[in-house]
Amino acid sequence: MRVEPTSGTASPPLSTPPPVVLALRGVCVSLGPAAQVEALRNITLDIHAGESVALVGPNGCGKSTLLRTLHGLLPRAAGERAVPQASRMAMLFQRPHLLRMSVQRNLQLGLWLSGMPWRQTRERARQALERVDLAHLADRNGRALSGGQQQRVALARAWALQPDVWLLDEPTASLDPHAKRDVEALIADFGHEAPAPGRLPPTLVFASHNLGQVKRLATRVVYMEQGRVLADLPVHDFFNQPLLEARFPQASAFVKGETP
Amino acid sequence: MNSFSDSVTTAVALISSGDPALWAIVTRSLAVSATACALACALGLLLGAWLAVARFPGRPLVLTLLNTSLAIPSVVVGLVIYLLLSRSGPLGFLGWLFSFQAMVLAQAILVLPLVTALTRQVVEDSDRERGEQFTSLGAGRGLRSLLMAWDERYALLTVVITAFGRAVSEVGAVMIVGGNIDGFTRVMTTAIALETSKGDLPLALGLGIILLGVVLLLNSAVSLLRRWRERLDGGDLRMATT
Repeated sequence: MRVEPTSGTASPPLSTPPPVVLALRGVCVSLGPAAQVEALRNITLDIHAGESVALVGPNGCGKSTLLRTLHGLLPRAAGERAVPQASRMAMLFQRPHLLRMSVQRNLQLGLWLSGMPWRQTRERARQALERVDLAHLADRNGRALSGGQQQRVALARAWALQPDVWLLDEPTASLDPHAKRDVEALIADFGHEAPAPGRLPPTLVFASHNLGQVKRLATRVVYMEQGRVLADLPVHDFFNQPLLEARFPQASAFVKGETP
Repeated sequence: MNSFSDSVTTAVALISSGDPALWAIVTRSLAVSATACALACALGLLLGAWLAVARFPGRPLVLTLLNTSLAIPSVVVGLVIYLLLSRSGPLGFLGWLFSFQAMVLAQAILVLPLVTALTRQVVEDSDRERGEQFTSLGAGRGLRSLLMAWDERYALLTVVITAFGRAVSEVGAVMIVGGNIDGFTRVMTTAIALETSKGDLPLALGLGIILLGVVLLLNSAVSLLRRWRERLDGGDLRMATT
Protein backbone atom coordinates (compact mmCIF):
# COMPACT_ATOMS: atom_id res chain seq x y z
CA MET A 1 0.00 0.00 0.00
CA ARG A 2 1.35 3.41 -1.01
CA VAL A 3 0.63 6.11 1.55
CA GLU A 4 0.79 9.76 0.54
CA PRO A 5 0.99 11.96 3.63
CA THR A 6 0.21 15.63 3.31
CA SER A 7 3.25 17.73 4.03
CA GLY A 8 3.13 19.25 7.48
CA THR A 9 0.64 16.77 8.93
CA ALA A 10 1.55 14.27 11.58
CA SER A 11 -1.20 11.68 11.15
CA PRO A 12 -0.33 8.14 12.22
CA PRO A 13 0.58 5.71 9.39
CA LEU A 14 -2.26 3.74 7.85
CA SER A 15 -2.71 0.07 8.56
CA THR A 16 -5.16 -1.11 5.94
CA PRO A 17 -6.10 -4.73 5.30
CA PRO A 18 -5.59 -6.14 1.77
CA PRO A 19 -9.16 -5.82 0.50
CA VAL A 20 -8.98 -2.04 0.79
CA VAL A 21 -8.12 -0.58 -2.63
CA LEU A 22 -8.46 3.09 -1.75
CA ALA A 23 -8.40 4.82 1.61
CA LEU A 24 -8.63 8.35 2.89
CA ARG A 25 -7.77 9.38 6.45
CA GLY A 26 -8.84 12.75 7.80
CA VAL A 27 -8.67 14.33 4.36
CA CYS A 28 -9.44 18.02 3.93
CA VAL A 29 -9.48 19.74 0.55
CA SER A 30 -9.77 23.46 -0.04
CA LEU A 31 -10.65 24.96 -3.40
CA GLY A 32 -10.74 28.44 -4.91
CA PRO A 33 -8.01 30.93 -5.83
CA ALA A 34 -6.99 31.43 -2.22
CA ALA A 35 -8.13 27.96 -1.08
CA GLN A 36 -10.95 29.71 0.76
CA VAL A 37 -13.66 27.09 0.12
CA GLU A 38 -13.52 24.00 2.31
CA ALA A 39 -14.75 21.43 -0.20
CA LEU A 40 -13.95 18.33 1.88
CA ARG A 41 -13.78 18.26 5.65
CA ASN A 42 -12.08 15.48 7.55
CA ILE A 43 -13.05 12.62 5.24
CA THR A 44 -12.15 9.11 6.32
CA LEU A 45 -13.16 6.36 3.94
CA ASP A 46 -12.09 2.81 3.08
CA ILE A 47 -13.05 1.47 -0.33
CA HIS A 48 -12.86 -2.31 -0.55
CA ALA A 49 -12.16 -4.41 -3.61
CA GLY A 50 -15.32 -5.45 -5.44
CA GLU A 51 -17.50 -2.80 -3.83
CA SER A 52 -19.78 -0.51 -5.77
CA VAL A 53 -19.92 2.71 -3.76
CA ALA A 54 -22.41 5.44 -4.62
CA LEU A 55 -21.68 8.99 -3.51
CA VAL A 56 -24.94 10.88 -3.07
CA GLY A 57 -25.95 14.26 -1.72
CA PRO A 58 -27.17 17.67 -2.81
CA ASN A 59 -25.35 19.78 -5.39
CA GLY A 60 -22.10 21.19 -4.06
CA CYS A 61 -21.83 18.64 -1.25
CA GLY A 62 -18.38 17.51 -2.43
CA LYS A 63 -19.07 14.32 -4.43
CA SER A 64 -17.00 15.36 -7.45
CA THR A 65 -14.26 16.74 -5.23
CA LEU A 66 -14.15 13.46 -3.33
CA LEU A 67 -13.85 11.46 -6.57
CA ARG A 68 -11.03 13.73 -7.79
CA THR A 69 -9.31 13.42 -4.42
CA LEU A 70 -9.63 9.63 -4.51
CA HIS A 71 -7.94 9.69 -7.91
CA GLY A 72 -5.24 12.06 -6.68
CA LEU A 73 -6.17 14.89 -9.05
CA LEU A 74 -6.58 17.42 -6.25
CA PRO A 75 -4.03 18.40 -3.62
CA ARG A 76 -5.04 17.81 -0.03
CA ALA A 77 -4.85 20.47 2.64
CA ALA A 78 -4.63 17.75 5.28
CA GLY A 79 -4.92 14.00 5.70
CA GLU A 80 -3.67 10.91 3.91
CA ARG A 81 -4.60 9.02 0.80
CA ALA A 82 -3.56 5.40 0.41
CA VAL A 83 -3.65 3.23 -2.70
CA PRO A 84 -2.05 -0.17 -3.36
CA GLN A 85 1.12 0.07 -5.47
CA ALA A 86 -0.26 -1.98 -8.33
CA SER A 87 -3.75 -0.49 -8.35
CA ARG A 88 -4.88 1.00 -11.65
CA MET A 89 -7.56 3.68 -11.69
CA ALA A 90 -9.72 5.08 -14.44
CA MET A 91 -11.82 8.19 -14.13
CA LEU A 92 -14.91 8.98 -16.13
CA PHE A 93 -16.48 12.43 -16.09
CA GLN A 94 -20.01 13.65 -16.73
CA ARG A 95 -18.87 14.70 -20.20
CA PRO A 96 -16.82 12.26 -22.26
CA HIS A 97 -14.09 14.75 -23.26
CA LEU A 98 -13.09 13.18 -26.54
CA LEU A 99 -10.65 15.06 -28.73
CA ARG A 100 -11.28 16.15 -32.33
CA MET A 101 -9.81 12.99 -33.83
CA SER A 102 -11.04 9.52 -34.73
CA VAL A 103 -12.57 7.31 -32.06
CA GLN A 104 -9.72 4.82 -32.57
CA ARG A 105 -7.10 7.57 -32.09
CA ASN A 106 -8.88 8.82 -28.96
CA LEU A 107 -8.54 5.37 -27.42
CA GLN A 108 -4.96 4.92 -28.58
CA LEU A 109 -4.06 8.32 -27.14
CA GLY A 110 -5.56 7.37 -23.76
CA LEU A 111 -3.52 4.17 -23.69
CA TRP A 112 -0.35 5.94 -24.80
CA LEU A 113 -0.78 8.60 -22.12
CA SER A 114 -1.11 5.86 -19.51
CA GLY A 115 2.27 4.48 -20.56
CA MET A 116 1.61 1.86 -23.25
CA PRO A 117 3.94 1.94 -26.28
CA TRP A 118 2.08 3.41 -29.27
CA ARG A 119 2.44 0.30 -31.47
CA GLN A 120 0.65 -1.80 -28.85
CA THR A 121 -2.25 0.58 -28.47
CA ARG A 122 -3.97 -0.23 -31.77
CA GLU A 123 -5.01 -3.78 -30.87
CA ARG A 124 -6.14 -2.86 -27.35
CA ALA A 125 -8.16 0.06 -28.67
CA ARG A 126 -9.85 -2.27 -31.16
CA GLN A 127 -10.72 -4.74 -28.38
CA ALA A 128 -12.11 -1.93 -26.23
CA LEU A 129 -14.34 -0.67 -29.02
CA GLU A 130 -15.63 -4.18 -29.62
CA ARG A 131 -16.33 -4.45 -25.90
CA VAL A 132 -18.73 -1.49 -26.11
CA ASP A 133 -20.12 -2.52 -29.53
CA LEU A 134 -18.71 0.53 -31.30
CA ALA A 135 -16.03 -1.08 -33.47
CA HIS A 136 -17.93 0.09 -36.57
CA LEU A 137 -17.38 3.73 -35.51
CA ALA A 138 -13.59 3.44 -35.09
CA ASP A 139 -12.84 5.84 -37.96
CA ARG A 140 -15.48 8.42 -37.10
CA ASN A 141 -14.59 11.66 -35.40
CA GLY A 142 -15.23 11.30 -31.67
CA ARG A 143 -16.91 14.70 -31.44
CA ALA A 144 -19.34 13.85 -34.24
CA LEU A 145 -20.96 10.99 -32.29
CA SER A 146 -24.11 11.26 -30.20
CA GLY A 147 -23.73 11.98 -26.47
CA GLY A 148 -24.45 8.36 -25.58
CA GLN A 149 -21.97 7.02 -28.12
CA GLN A 150 -19.32 9.46 -26.91
CA GLN A 151 -19.80 8.32 -23.34
CA ARG A 152 -19.52 4.68 -24.45
CA VAL A 153 -16.26 5.57 -26.21
CA ALA A 154 -15.09 7.21 -22.98
CA LEU A 155 -16.03 4.00 -21.13
CA ALA A 156 -14.08 1.98 -23.72
CA ARG A 157 -11.09 4.30 -23.21
CA ALA A 158 -11.30 3.62 -19.47
CA TRP A 159 -11.86 -0.14 -19.93
CA ALA A 160 -8.80 -0.34 -22.19
CA LEU A 161 -6.67 0.72 -19.20
CA GLN A 162 -7.89 -2.41 -17.35
CA PRO A 163 -8.55 -0.49 -14.15
CA ASP A 164 -9.01 -2.07 -10.73
CA VAL A 165 -10.91 1.00 -9.56
CA TRP A 166 -13.45 2.93 -11.62
CA LEU A 167 -14.17 6.48 -10.50
CA LEU A 168 -17.29 7.77 -12.23
CA ASP A 169 -18.54 11.32 -11.84
CA GLU A 170 -22.23 11.32 -12.76
CA PRO A 171 -21.48 9.42 -15.96
CA THR A 172 -25.08 9.39 -17.20
CA ALA A 173 -26.20 12.84 -16.03
CA SER A 174 -26.02 14.50 -19.44
CA LEU A 175 -27.57 11.65 -21.44
CA ASP A 176 -31.07 10.97 -22.74
CA PRO A 177 -32.97 8.07 -21.11
CA HIS A 178 -32.07 5.57 -23.84
CA ALA A 179 -28.34 6.40 -23.74
CA LYS A 180 -28.53 6.46 -19.94
CA ARG A 181 -29.75 2.85 -19.94
CA ASP A 182 -27.00 1.73 -22.35
CA VAL A 183 -24.20 3.42 -20.41
CA GLU A 184 -25.53 2.21 -17.06
CA ALA A 185 -25.74 -1.35 -18.37
CA LEU A 186 -22.12 -1.16 -19.51
CA ILE A 187 -21.00 0.19 -16.13
CA ALA A 188 -22.84 -2.63 -14.36
CA ASP A 189 -21.25 -5.10 -16.75
CA PHE A 190 -17.75 -3.74 -16.13
CA GLY A 191 -18.40 -3.86 -12.39
CA HIS A 192 -19.15 -7.57 -12.62
CA GLU A 193 -16.29 -8.52 -14.95
CA ALA A 194 -14.20 -11.46 -13.80
CA PRO A 195 -10.81 -10.11 -12.68
CA ALA A 196 -7.66 -11.01 -14.59
CA PRO A 197 -5.46 -13.62 -12.84
CA GLY A 198 -3.74 -12.10 -9.85
CA ARG A 199 -5.94 -9.02 -9.79
CA LEU A 200 -8.73 -7.96 -7.45
CA PRO A 201 -12.35 -7.77 -8.58
CA PRO A 202 -13.31 -4.41 -10.11
CA THR A 203 -14.38 -1.65 -7.76
CA LEU A 204 -16.77 1.13 -8.66
CA VAL A 205 -17.07 4.49 -6.96
CA PHE A 206 -19.64 6.71 -8.60
CA ALA A 207 -21.41 9.98 -7.92
CA SER A 208 -25.08 10.08 -8.83
CA HIS A 209 -28.25 12.09 -8.32
CA ASN A 210 -30.33 9.25 -9.66
CA LEU A 211 -31.49 7.16 -6.72
CA GLY A 212 -32.87 4.48 -9.05
CA GLN A 213 -29.41 4.12 -10.51
CA VAL A 214 -27.93 4.00 -7.01
CA LYS A 215 -30.31 1.15 -6.14
CA ARG A 216 -29.40 -0.74 -9.30
CA LEU A 217 -25.61 -0.28 -9.21
CA ALA A 218 -24.49 0.30 -5.63
CA THR A 219 -23.67 -2.09 -2.84
CA ARG A 220 -22.89 0.78 -0.46
CA VAL A 221 -23.99 4.41 -0.23
CA VAL A 222 -22.00 7.32 1.13
CA TYR A 223 -24.19 10.35 1.83
CA MET A 224 -22.48 13.75 1.88
CA GLU A 225 -23.40 17.29 2.83
CA GLN A 226 -21.19 20.39 2.91
CA GLY A 227 -18.00 18.44 2.36
CA ARG A 228 -18.69 15.92 5.12
CA VAL A 229 -19.72 12.27 5.08
CA LEU A 230 -22.93 12.10 7.10
CA ALA A 231 -23.89 8.51 6.39
CA ASP A 232 -22.05 5.43 5.10
CA LEU A 233 -24.37 2.44 4.77
CA PRO A 234 -25.03 -0.73 2.80
CA VAL A 235 -27.45 0.09 -0.01
CA HIS A 236 -30.39 -1.82 1.52
CA ASP A 237 -30.03 0.15 4.77
CA PHE A 238 -29.85 3.44 2.88
CA PHE A 239 -33.19 2.73 1.26
CA ASN A 240 -34.74 1.49 4.53
CA GLN A 241 -36.67 4.71 5.27
CA PRO A 242 -37.51 4.10 8.97
CA LEU A 243 -33.91 3.16 9.75
CA LEU A 244 -32.53 6.09 7.76
CA GLU A 245 -34.93 8.55 9.36
CA ALA A 246 -34.05 7.35 12.83
CA ARG A 247 -30.28 7.38 12.36
CA PHE A 248 -29.61 9.89 9.56
CA PRO A 249 -32.48 12.40 9.33
CA GLN A 250 -30.65 14.64 6.80
CA ALA A 251 -30.02 11.74 4.44
CA SER A 252 -33.61 10.64 4.92
CA ALA A 253 -34.89 14.10 4.01
CA PHE A 254 -32.68 14.05 0.89
CA VAL A 255 -34.03 10.66 -0.19
CA LYS A 256 -37.62 11.81 0.36
CA GLY A 257 -36.95 14.96 -1.64
CA GLU A 258 -35.33 13.09 -4.52
CA THR A 259 -37.90 10.28 -4.69
CA PRO A 260 -40.69 11.09 -7.12
CA MET B 1 -7.87 66.64 -56.83
CA ASN B 2 -9.71 63.67 -58.38
CA SER B 3 -13.02 62.76 -57.01
CA PHE B 4 -13.31 59.51 -55.08
CA SER B 5 -14.94 57.70 -58.01
CA ASP B 6 -12.19 58.84 -60.39
CA SER B 7 -9.61 57.57 -57.95
CA VAL B 8 -11.33 54.19 -57.71
CA THR B 9 -11.47 53.90 -61.51
CA THR B 10 -7.80 54.78 -61.87
CA ALA B 11 -6.89 52.42 -59.04
CA VAL B 12 -8.71 49.51 -60.70
CA ALA B 13 -6.96 50.28 -64.00
CA LEU B 14 -3.61 50.37 -62.20
CA ILE B 15 -4.25 47.01 -60.58
CA SER B 16 -5.45 45.37 -63.77
CA SER B 17 -2.51 46.74 -65.81
CA GLY B 18 -0.15 44.74 -63.60
CA ASP B 19 2.05 47.77 -62.83
CA PRO B 20 5.42 46.23 -61.78
CA ALA B 21 6.16 48.90 -59.15
CA LEU B 22 2.80 48.33 -57.50
CA TRP B 23 3.13 44.54 -57.50
CA ALA B 24 6.68 44.77 -56.13
CA ILE B 25 5.31 46.69 -53.17
CA VAL B 26 2.51 44.15 -52.71
CA THR B 27 4.89 41.18 -52.88
CA ARG B 28 7.31 42.78 -50.41
CA SER B 29 4.48 43.62 -48.06
CA LEU B 30 3.17 40.06 -48.05
CA ALA B 31 6.65 38.60 -47.64
CA VAL B 32 7.43 40.82 -44.63
CA SER B 33 4.10 40.15 -42.89
CA ALA B 34 4.06 36.42 -43.66
CA THR B 35 7.60 35.96 -42.31
CA ALA B 36 6.86 38.06 -39.23
CA CYS B 37 3.63 36.19 -38.65
CA ALA B 38 5.33 32.79 -39.03
CA LEU B 39 8.01 33.74 -36.50
CA ALA B 40 5.54 35.23 -34.04
CA CYS B 41 3.19 32.23 -34.35
CA ALA B 42 6.00 29.68 -33.92
CA LEU B 43 6.87 31.27 -30.60
CA GLY B 44 3.48 32.69 -29.57
CA LEU B 45 1.46 29.52 -30.03
CA LEU B 46 3.87 27.53 -27.86
CA LEU B 47 4.24 30.29 -25.28
CA GLY B 48 0.47 30.82 -25.10
CA ALA B 49 -0.22 27.09 -24.76
CA TRP B 50 2.36 26.86 -21.99
CA LEU B 51 1.00 29.90 -20.15
CA ALA B 52 -2.47 28.34 -20.30
CA VAL B 53 -1.47 25.43 -18.07
CA ALA B 54 1.57 26.74 -16.19
CA ARG B 55 1.09 27.81 -12.60
CA PHE B 56 3.85 29.87 -11.02
CA PRO B 57 4.14 32.79 -8.61
CA GLY B 58 3.53 36.04 -10.45
CA ARG B 59 1.43 34.45 -13.20
CA PRO B 60 -1.43 36.95 -12.79
CA LEU B 61 1.09 39.79 -13.22
CA VAL B 62 2.54 38.16 -16.35
CA LEU B 63 -0.97 37.78 -17.81
CA THR B 64 -1.82 41.40 -17.00
CA LEU B 65 1.37 42.60 -18.70
CA LEU B 66 0.68 40.32 -21.66
CA ASN B 67 -2.86 41.65 -22.08
CA THR B 68 -1.62 45.22 -21.67
CA SER B 69 0.95 44.67 -24.41
CA LEU B 70 -1.93 44.05 -26.83
CA ALA B 71 -2.52 47.79 -26.77
CA ILE B 72 1.07 48.87 -27.47
CA PRO B 73 1.04 51.38 -30.34
CA SER B 74 2.98 50.13 -33.34
CA VAL B 75 5.04 53.35 -33.44
CA VAL B 76 6.31 52.60 -29.94
CA VAL B 77 7.37 49.11 -31.06
CA GLY B 78 9.00 50.72 -34.10
CA LEU B 79 10.83 53.22 -31.93
CA VAL B 80 12.15 50.54 -29.56
CA ILE B 81 13.32 48.35 -32.46
CA TYR B 82 14.88 51.45 -34.06
CA LEU B 83 16.86 52.17 -30.89
CA LEU B 84 17.94 48.53 -30.62
CA LEU B 85 19.06 48.32 -34.26
CA SER B 86 20.57 51.78 -34.62
CA ARG B 87 24.34 51.90 -35.02
CA SER B 88 24.87 52.74 -31.31
CA GLY B 89 22.17 50.30 -30.11
CA PRO B 90 22.82 46.84 -28.63
CA LEU B 91 21.84 45.14 -31.91
CA GLY B 92 23.51 47.71 -34.15
CA PHE B 93 26.20 45.21 -35.16
CA LEU B 94 23.56 43.30 -37.15
CA GLY B 95 23.26 46.17 -39.62
CA TRP B 96 19.52 45.50 -40.01
CA LEU B 97 18.17 49.05 -39.73
CA PHE B 98 16.17 50.09 -42.83
CA SER B 99 16.10 46.51 -44.09
CA PHE B 100 13.64 43.69 -44.71
CA GLN B 101 14.83 41.97 -41.50
CA ALA B 102 14.14 45.08 -39.40
CA MET B 103 10.56 45.25 -40.68
CA VAL B 104 10.07 41.53 -40.01
CA LEU B 105 11.44 41.92 -36.48
CA ALA B 106 9.18 44.91 -35.76
CA GLN B 107 6.03 43.20 -37.03
CA ALA B 108 6.90 39.92 -35.27
CA ILE B 109 7.33 41.73 -31.96
CA LEU B 110 4.11 43.64 -32.57
CA VAL B 111 1.97 40.52 -33.13
CA LEU B 112 3.71 38.20 -30.66
CA PRO B 113 1.63 39.39 -27.66
CA LEU B 114 -1.54 39.04 -29.72
CA VAL B 115 -0.79 35.43 -30.68
CA THR B 116 0.36 34.56 -27.17
CA ALA B 117 -2.60 36.15 -25.36
CA LEU B 118 -5.28 34.71 -27.65
CA THR B 119 -3.67 31.25 -27.66
CA ARG B 120 -3.45 31.34 -23.88
CA GLN B 121 -7.15 32.12 -23.61
CA VAL B 122 -8.25 29.47 -26.12
CA VAL B 123 -6.09 26.71 -24.62
CA GLU B 124 -6.93 27.66 -21.02
CA ASP B 125 -10.67 27.51 -21.73
CA SER B 126 -10.25 24.09 -23.31
CA ASP B 127 -8.04 22.87 -20.48
CA ARG B 128 -10.52 24.05 -17.87
CA GLU B 129 -13.19 21.95 -19.52
CA ARG B 130 -11.33 18.74 -20.27
CA GLY B 131 -7.81 19.01 -18.86
CA GLU B 132 -8.58 16.87 -15.80
CA GLN B 133 -9.61 13.97 -18.02
CA PHE B 134 -6.19 13.93 -19.65
CA THR B 135 -4.40 14.42 -16.35
CA SER B 136 -6.28 11.39 -15.07
CA LEU B 137 -5.00 9.44 -18.08
CA GLY B 138 -1.42 10.42 -17.27
CA ALA B 139 -0.71 13.57 -19.29
CA GLY B 140 1.61 16.10 -17.67
CA ARG B 141 1.05 19.84 -18.04
CA GLY B 142 3.21 20.26 -21.14
CA LEU B 143 1.61 17.39 -23.02
CA ARG B 144 -1.85 18.53 -21.92
CA SER B 145 -1.27 22.01 -23.29
CA LEU B 146 -0.17 20.59 -26.65
CA LEU B 147 -3.21 18.29 -26.77
CA MET B 148 -5.58 21.13 -25.97
CA ALA B 149 -3.90 23.36 -28.57
CA TRP B 150 -4.24 20.62 -31.19
CA ASP B 151 -7.88 20.13 -30.25
CA GLU B 152 -8.52 23.87 -30.69
CA ARG B 153 -6.61 24.08 -33.97
CA TYR B 154 -9.48 25.73 -35.83
CA ALA B 155 -9.75 28.48 -33.24
CA LEU B 156 -5.98 28.91 -33.37
CA LEU B 157 -6.13 29.20 -37.15
CA THR B 158 -8.31 32.25 -36.61
CA VAL B 159 -5.67 33.59 -34.21
CA VAL B 160 -3.03 33.21 -36.94
CA ILE B 161 -5.20 35.08 -39.44
CA THR B 162 -5.86 37.84 -36.92
CA ALA B 163 -2.12 38.15 -36.38
CA PHE B 164 -1.46 38.37 -40.11
CA GLY B 165 -4.18 40.98 -40.47
CA ARG B 166 -2.59 43.05 -37.70
CA ALA B 167 0.90 42.70 -39.22
CA VAL B 168 0.00 43.51 -42.81
CA SER B 169 -2.10 46.53 -41.91
CA GLU B 170 0.27 48.28 -39.51
CA VAL B 171 2.21 51.30 -40.69
CA GLY B 172 4.02 52.97 -37.78
CA ALA B 173 6.65 50.36 -36.96
CA VAL B 174 7.66 49.50 -40.54
CA MET B 175 7.84 53.18 -41.40
CA ILE B 176 10.29 53.82 -38.55
CA VAL B 177 12.53 50.76 -38.90
CA GLY B 178 12.15 50.27 -42.67
CA GLY B 179 12.42 53.89 -43.73
CA ASN B 180 9.99 53.49 -46.65
CA ILE B 181 12.85 53.27 -49.17
CA ASP B 182 11.54 52.95 -52.72
CA GLY B 183 12.23 49.53 -54.19
CA PHE B 184 13.75 48.29 -50.97
CA THR B 185 11.63 48.68 -47.85
CA ARG B 186 8.47 50.28 -49.21
CA VAL B 187 5.41 48.21 -48.30
CA MET B 188 1.71 48.73 -48.93
CA THR B 189 0.88 50.72 -45.81
CA THR B 190 3.92 53.00 -45.98
CA ALA B 191 3.32 53.54 -49.70
CA ILE B 192 -0.32 54.45 -49.02
CA ALA B 193 0.77 57.01 -46.41
CA LEU B 194 3.40 58.48 -48.76
CA GLU B 195 1.22 58.61 -51.88
CA THR B 196 -1.63 60.19 -49.93
CA SER B 197 0.70 62.91 -48.63
CA LYS B 198 1.90 63.49 -52.23
CA GLY B 199 -1.69 63.67 -53.46
CA ASP B 200 -1.41 60.56 -55.69
CA LEU B 201 -4.72 59.19 -54.49
CA PRO B 202 -5.27 56.56 -57.23
CA LEU B 203 -2.07 54.70 -56.34
CA ALA B 204 -2.82 55.02 -52.63
CA LEU B 205 -6.37 53.79 -53.16
CA GLY B 206 -5.18 51.00 -55.47
CA LEU B 207 -2.86 49.77 -52.75
CA GLY B 208 -5.66 50.09 -50.22
CA ILE B 209 -7.96 47.98 -52.39
CA ILE B 210 -5.25 45.34 -52.81
CA LEU B 211 -4.57 45.32 -49.06
CA LEU B 212 -8.23 44.72 -48.33
CA GLY B 213 -8.44 42.16 -51.14
CA VAL B 214 -5.49 40.19 -49.78
CA VAL B 215 -7.00 40.02 -46.30
CA LEU B 216 -10.39 39.13 -47.77
CA LEU B 217 -8.89 36.34 -49.89
CA LEU B 218 -6.96 34.99 -46.96
CA ASN B 219 -9.99 35.00 -44.68
CA SER B 220 -12.09 33.33 -47.35
CA ALA B 221 -9.45 30.65 -47.90
CA VAL B 222 -9.21 29.95 -44.19
CA SER B 223 -12.97 29.91 -43.84
CA LEU B 224 -13.28 27.41 -46.69
CA LEU B 225 -10.46 25.28 -45.28
CA ARG B 226 -12.08 25.32 -41.87
CA ARG B 227 -15.49 24.35 -43.19
CA TRP B 228 -13.97 21.61 -45.32
CA ARG B 229 -12.06 20.16 -42.36
CA GLU B 230 -15.03 20.42 -40.04
CA ARG B 231 -17.22 18.63 -42.57
CA LEU B 232 -14.63 15.88 -42.82
CA ASP B 233 -14.25 15.80 -39.05
CA GLY B 234 -17.99 15.41 -38.72
CA GLY B 235 -17.88 12.15 -40.56
CA ASP B 236 -15.42 9.52 -41.62
CA LEU B 237 -11.84 10.45 -40.81
CA ARG B 238 -10.09 7.92 -43.03
CA MET B 239 -9.60 10.50 -45.75
CA ALA B 240 -9.05 13.39 -43.40
CA THR B 241 -6.41 11.96 -41.10
CA THR B 242 -2.97 13.13 -42.14
